Amino acid sequence: MARAVSTRRKIGFTIAAWAVGLAIFFPILWTILTSFKTEAEAISSPPSFLFFDWTLENYTTVQERSNYFRHFWNSVVISLGSTLLGLLIAIPAAWSMAFVPGKRTKDVLMWMLSTKMLPPVGVLIPIYLIFRDVGLLDTKTGLVIVLTLINLPIIVWMLYTYFKEIPGEILEAARMDGASLRNEIIHVLTPMAVPGIASTLLLNVILAWNEAFWTLNLTAAKSAPLTAFIASYSSPEGLFYAKLSAASTMAIAPILILGWFSQKQLVRGLTFGAVK
Amino acid sequence: MGRITLDKVTKRFGDVEVIPPLDLTIEDGEFVVFVGPSGCGKSTLLRLIAGLEDVSSGEIRIDGQPATDLPPAKRGLAMVFQSYALYPHMSVRKNIAFPMKMAGVPQEEQNRRIESAAAALNLTDYLDRRPGQLSGGQRQRVAIGRAIVREPAAFLFDEPLSNLDAALRVGMRLEISELHNRLATTMIYVTHDQVEAMTMADKIVVLRAGHIEQVGSPLELYRNPRNLFVAGFIGSPKMNFANGGAASEHDAATIGIRPEHITVSADSGTWRGKVGVAEHLGSDTFFHVHDTGLAETVTVRADGEVGLRHGDTVFLTPQADKIHRFDDKGLRIQ
Repeated sequence: MARAVSTRRKIGFTIAAWAVGLAIFFPILWTILTSFKTEAEAISSPPSFLFFDWTLENYTTVQERSNYFRHFWNSVVISLGSTLLGLLIAIPAAWSMAFVPGKRTKDVLMWMLSTKMLPPVGVLIPIYLIFRDVGLLDTKTGLVIVLTLINLPIIVWMLYTYFKEIPGEILEAARMDGASLRNEIIHVLTPMAVPGIASTLLLNVILAWNEAFWTLNLTAAKSAPLTAFIASYSSPEGLFYAKLSAASTMAIAPILILGWFSQKQLVRGLTFGAVK
Repeated sequence: MGRITLDKVTKRFGDVEVIPPLDLTIEDGEFVVFVGPSGCGKSTLLRLIAGLEDVSSGEIRIDGQPATDLPPAKRGLAMVFQSYALYPHMSVRKNIAFPMKMAGVPQEEQNRRIESAAAALNLTDYLDRRPGQLSGGQRQRVAIGRAIVREPAAFLFDEPLSNLDAALRVGMRLEISELHNRLATTMIYVTHDQVEAMTMADKIVVLRAGHIEQVGSPLELYRNPRNLFVAGFIGSPKMNFANGGAASEHDAATIGIRPEHITVSADSGTWRGKVGVAEHLGSDTFFHVHDTGLAETVTVRADGEVGLRHGDTVFLTPQADKIHRFDDKGLRIQ
């Protein structure tokens, strides 16, 4: 029997859910609102919520002071580049581990995940020095490489989980039905794996887009993505809350829009195989 | 044509030999059932024939041609899996068409075969649905349809009815038997259910731990089980066994008597016992009789209307010509 939920409880839960949702969204909302205030209003106490003089001044200033589109382009190249490179490596890896597992497959998976347990700062100095010596500092190539490596374990794990969900018998059926390996991959495996690959791609683009530790530490001006663009407005000497907010809004807007349009895929990606 | 020969075929997984050297011939057009308890190697044997597993040694021939090293697709066999293994992203029509598409069958011929398979399997109204929108029985019929259109040398069935409920299972059993009569193509059917084996097979292969215990028609196995294992496995309810004094009277280490070959009487007989649980099936009643002096509870089949109650004393008499005798190695004494 389904558990009976009284109307009052339902209303209570709905209010609580909205409250939590709003609390989570509030910092983003506040950032967006602040980006339309003047600097003075941005730090006024008590803060004004909706009734202030709306201005676009911050956005023009930010665009004058630093080139948004260059940073935006860097972010696009770095996040898409690292994700595609990661998928290129991870698809065959996850494929073989899911469909032709060996004795040590589980250990290899655990070992890959364990690399995520190391605090990145622990390897900052060696990686910085290597990048300096091979001339990868402040290059998009360098960032694509480092972000690929950082997110590779997650990509492999996600794909592995998706591929695991594809029953082996279906592949065997395809083989019995006369499909060559190529046809098996084109007509059976790929259509079944596409949703999984798409979720992985989306989630990883977002992770790479928002990655700040490596992008801040390994770039100067030339290849700095949007994370560095935001950071440049939180200088220790100035109070530029409004401009900082404008920069942040511009940085998160693309990914927010992407996320909005791909909600369904993303939820599937985040619950990774937990729900069928 | 579909004559399949296994010659000293073995299968090893690492150090474990799951199929010791095994010889078997399956004649063209035969309905052969591999039956045995779980883990007896029957599915492995089927997968070796299908080519989904490689043999460790020995040879498989299909219609006289060596097939040992052929990939599954080149063997001309079709398989129906326990989990149906339909392609979830394709409509029923596309599922059935898939093997023909792979074989490059012309479109018109594809359509003709799809229509005829769908008509035979009652799938005409479902051709544009996805597998997810079908019931278990319908899915299994799609899987069979996908096998039929290939016009294979032999059909391989791997426990195809295990996921269906009891009523549907009986229906599908009949459908598969009828299909065999109509197509007269070789069929190899794996099951752990001896009722399926008895009702469908021309020839039953009883397997235990990778060994063939006996090969024969259902009635041959029922009448002349070669050893205790086959005797206990074929027939439902199980054969009753007795050893000690009751067996030595017949010059045997163990004797076996089927529940349907025991006469029940209220006042005289060979063994005296007390009635325990009675299972009323309407047409028959199965009594479990205790305290007969034999080692195990004796199961007896009687008429549906026999008026015996729990705790009643009964006398049991085995029909002399139906007693199976086995020696101390468990082999049948002729």
